[in-house]
Amino acid sequence: MPMHAPALDVTPDLRVTLAQRVAARAGGARLFAADAGLDLAEIAATRHLALEGITSASTVMLRTRDQHDFVVALINLDGHAGRLILCPPDIGAASAVQVMVDHGVTHVYDEATLEGLALPAGVRALAPATGSRRVARPAPGCDTQWLMFTSGTSGTPKLVAHGFAGLTWAIAPVAASAGVVWGTFYDVRRYGGLQMLLRALTGGGSMVLSQSGEPMAAFIARLSAAGVTHLAGTPSHWRQALMHPDLTRLKPRYLRLSGEVVDQPVLDALKAAFPGVPVGHAFASTEAGVAFEVNDGLAGFPASWIGAPGKVEMRVLHGTLHLRSARTASAYAGAGGVLHDAEGFVDTGDLVEQRGERMYFVGRASGVINVGGLKVAPEEVEAVINSVARVRQSRVRARKSPLTGALVAADVVAVAGSDEAALRADILSTCRAILPRHKVPVSLTFVAELPMTAGGKLERRHA
Amino acid sequence: MDLHQIIMDEIGSVAKEQGKVLKPLADATLLADCGLDSLGFAILVANLEDKLGFDPFATADDVRFPQSLGELVAFYSAAAPA
Repeated sequence: MPMHAPALDVTPDLRVTLAQRVAARAGGARLFAADAGLDLAEIAATRHLALEGITSASTVMLRTRDQHDFVVALINLDGHAGRLILCPPDIGAASAVQVMVDHGVTHVYDEATLEGLALPAGVRALAPATGSRRVARPAPGCDTQWLMFTSGTSGTPKLVAHGFAGLTWAIAPVAASAGVVWGTFYDVRRYGGLQMLLRALTGGGSMVLSQSGEPMAAFIARLSAAGVTHLAGTPSHWRQALMHPDLTRLKPRYLRLSGEVVDQPVLDALKAAFPGVPVGHAFASTEAGVAFEVNDGLAGFPASWIGAPGKVEMRVLHGTLHLRSARTASAYAGAGGVLHDAEGFVDTGDLVEQRGERMYFVGRASGVINVGGLKVAPEEVEAVINSVARVRQSRVRARKSPLTGALVAADVVAVAGSDEAALRADILSTCRAILPRHKVPVSLTFVAELPMTAGGKLERRHA
Repeated sequence: MDLHQIIMDEIGSVAKEQGKVLKPLADATLLADCGLDSLGFAILVANLEDKLGFDPFATADDVRFPQSLGELVAFYSAAAPA
C-alpha cells in the first residue's frame, strides 16, 4: 500500500492564497455553518474585513465567536497579514491578551470575544469591511505564516509556526472532487479540524462545520441535509456518534479518524456500521507539522515503515517516533527554539511499541494526557492538587478510557494522619473550581509514596 | 442492588457532579439524549468500572455500541461475571 498521500502541487516560491485556491476550485462548493450554507466562491470574492493597514508586517490574532467567522477571516487574511495567530476556542481572554503582548500582535479579530478586556497598547481591533463589500481585495502581498497553540507544560501557551505548504502538503487531492461534502466533528480552530478545513477548501469540496454545544442529533441532521460524503473526527467523536441511532442514516463514502490513538474496536464498529465504506486513520502532530495515513483498517501502522525511504521518514529513538520530511518547516515562535535535531528529524513525543509486524502508539513521553482530543499537561493539574492543604505530593497520569482514549487520574501522597475522605473532597472541589472539566481527575488514589527517577524527578514514563 | 439501579444511580451522581440536568430516564431513552455529554459518559464508564470491577466497553467483542439506556444495562449485564 502507498505509505503517503501525494503532495499537493504547490511550488513554495509561487504562493497561491487560500482565497485564490477557493475561488479557483469552489465550483458550487458551499460552507455549511448553521443552515443553508454559503457559496464558497462568493466568500472568496468578497471583502468581509477592513484590510487597510494589514501588511506583511502585521500579526493578526484570530479569536472568533464561532467557526464560520474564523473560516471567513482566514480566507480574507491569508496572503495579506504576515502572521496569523489562530486561537482555539478554549484559550481564555486573559491568556489571549498575554499572547498579544508576548508575540507583537498588531490586530485582533474579533475584539468582541475578549469579554471587555482592554487591548494592549499597539493592538487594534480589526473591523468588518465598510462600503461596497464587492470591492476586489487588495492584491496579496506575502506568504502568511500561521501560528497555532500547542500544549505546554506550564500555564503559558506555546505557539508553533506553520507555512501553508506545511499544513497542506500531506493532504491528498480528492479525485473527482465535485460533489464531495466534508463534515467534521472537530472544531476547525484546532489543528485537526484546520487540516480537514484546508482539505475541503483546497480540494474544491463543500464543508459542514460543527457548532459547539450542538446536540449530536441536530448535527447528524445537518450532515444528512448537506449530503455529507466524507466525515472526520477523533476516535472519541466517533464512539459518541456510534451511540446515536441516526448516524447510520448518513451515506458517507469515506470515514476518517485522527487526533488520538485509534484502537481496533472503534475501527471495527465503524466497519460494521458502514459496511464497505473505507475507513482511514491519520497521524498528525501540531509540532511536527507532518502526517501520514493508514488505510488498511487496522490500528497502528506497519512496522516496515520505520527506516523505509519515503516522503516522510520515520525512526524510533528512546521509544518515541521521530519524523523527517522536506516540508517539516516548523519551529516554535519566539524564544521556543528549533524543533529539529541535526539530521532534520522531529521528535513527535509519541511513544510507540512494536507488536508483531505492527507499530502501536502507547502514549506521550511527556506524560501529556489526551482526553478525547484535548491535551492535559499533568504538571498543571499537579500544581492545583499540590496547592491543597495536607497534600504532600501528587502525580497525575492517564487512565485508559474506552470512550475518550484517556481520562485524568491522580495519585496523592497525603500528610501523615490526614482524613482521606475530607482531603479527597477538598482536592476535587479545588480542581473543579480552577480547572476545565476535562482536566479534573476522575479517579484519585492515596499512595504512601511516588516513584522517582534516578535524577530525582517524578517517574512519568510508566505512570 | 441490581445492575439497573447501580447504573441509574451512577448516571445521577455523575450528572450532579458535572452540573448537568438529567431528563427523566427510561429504558428507551437514547444515551445521546440523557443529559450526559461524551466526557460525562466516559466518567460514568470509569466510575462503573471502579464500582463493578469490569468494563464491557473495553472487553466486549460486540462491535455494536449501545444506543439506549436499556441497551446500556443489557450491555453491562451480558459482560457481568457469572
